[in-house]
Amino acid sequence: MVQLSFSSALQRHVPCPPLELEAATVREALEGAFAREPHLRGYLLDDQGALRKHMAVFVDGKAVQDRRGLADPVRAGSEIAVIQALSGG
Amino acid sequence: MSDELLVATRKGLFSVRPSPGRGWVVQGSSFLGSNVSLVLQDPRDQARYAALNHGHFGVKLHRSDDSGAAWKEIATPAFPRGEPPGVKTPMGETIAPAVSLIWALEPGGPDQPGRLWCGTIPGGLFRSDDRGESWELVRSLWDHPGRLEWFGGGADLPGIHSILVDPRDSRRIVLGVSCGGVWVSADDGATWDCRATGMRASYMPPERAMDPGIQDPHRVALCRARPDTMWAQHHNGIFRTDDGGASWREITDVRPSAFGFAVAVHPDSADTAWFVPGVSDEHRLPPEGRVIVTRTRDGGKTFEVLDRGLPREHAYDLTFRHALDIDPSGDRLGFGTTTGSLWVSLDQGDSWQAVSQHLPPVYAVRWC
Repeated sequence: MVQLSFSSALQRHVPCPPLELEAATVREALEGAFAREPHLRGYLLDDQGALRKHMAVFVDGKAVQDRRGLADPVRAGSEIAVIQALSGG
Repeated sequence: MSDELLVATRKGLFSVRPSPGRGWVVQGSSFLGSNVSLVLQDPRDQARYAALNHGHFGVKLHRSDDSGAAWKEIATPAFPRGEPPGVKTPMGETIAPAVSLIWALEPGGPDQPGRLWCGTIPGGLFRSDDRGESWELVRSLWDHPGRLEWFGGGADLPGIHSILVDPRDSRRIVLGVSCGGVWVSADDGATWDCRATGMRASYMPPERAMDPGIQDPHRVALCRARPDTMWAQHHNGIFRTDDGGASWREITDVRPSAFGFAVAVHPDSADTAWFVPGVSDEHRLPPEGRVIVTRTRDGGKTFEVLDRGLPREHAYDLTFRHALDIDPSGDRLGFGTTTGSLWVSLDQGDSWQAVSQHLPPVYAVRWC
């Protein structure tokens, strides 16, 4: 099982409580979250399925490398954090 | 006669209504703190739609079936996953498309219940037949070779900002594109033609200036009673057609300025139109620091400057393309500005009431 959590800024717009699920890659973990809340997909990924430019995903403190495919592996006990870049305005 | 003006701003959607003894005032809000790029009230079923631009989290669409009391997130128009690269960036790269802004949202005709049209940056036209629960890319336009020639104006990528459905025939649709001219379909979007002959682009090399496919109409509006007459506030002038876009004529000698973004046309008088001018492309400020609206009642031969109730010095307001609207009666107008001012007129622009001068930047206003 891996732990998946989302930034509070995201929770303002779409329900995304912390999750615990089975996954071998970041993509699989996110798909598990999208299955529970379909609207969440569009908040994290663009039309082509790539991680949005100003979103970031960390696995055990390390930023994912494959922002288009999200094929970065995860292992049992991994903690995946979905956060967003800071901005002004 | 409309009694509510919806105002989409950088930080929320506001409802403006008349209040006894106080004139027109802001009476409610939705999505406070969120960037609302457009709003639509569908006259067929009174559904209300709000387009949001969350920046980091992308663009979204919400619908309300109770005049804005409760909202539901609905589907967002999106390009098909796996769509090959088909959008040129300013750096000359060709990239796969992803919707970055909902820039036009209009209902289909009364004979097309549930039909919505949505224009986006980067240049996608989308159709829904179920009140926005699902969307389909209009491939006939996306795959048109002329579409690939479009380029960004203001934004990095091109976009569809005006969608006009002919009140005589819902299958006839007109699009305004920055930068890509005016496009017309006579068969419900099955086929498209560029119809911007006569428009002139002063920003292009002389040999390309009259090229229909590179024109930058900032906003296109039609006359409800005479839909073959359309007006365009173009990047470098004002243009008019009386033959449904087959030929456009430049309106010259426009005082004090022909630069601007917005245009409104009287629903029953094709010769009457309003504009909110800025100085020029290079100086996007009101002429002489005075907020003014210009109105022609004679098809563009002459323009009146309307300023009663508007600030006459040190005003730096700019009105974007969706931020001027006229109500179905043709008597009421409203416009908002990038510096958060909002004015309403009940007498075709002869006089204006300031609703607020400290709203967030106004992107769109819509009577409902």
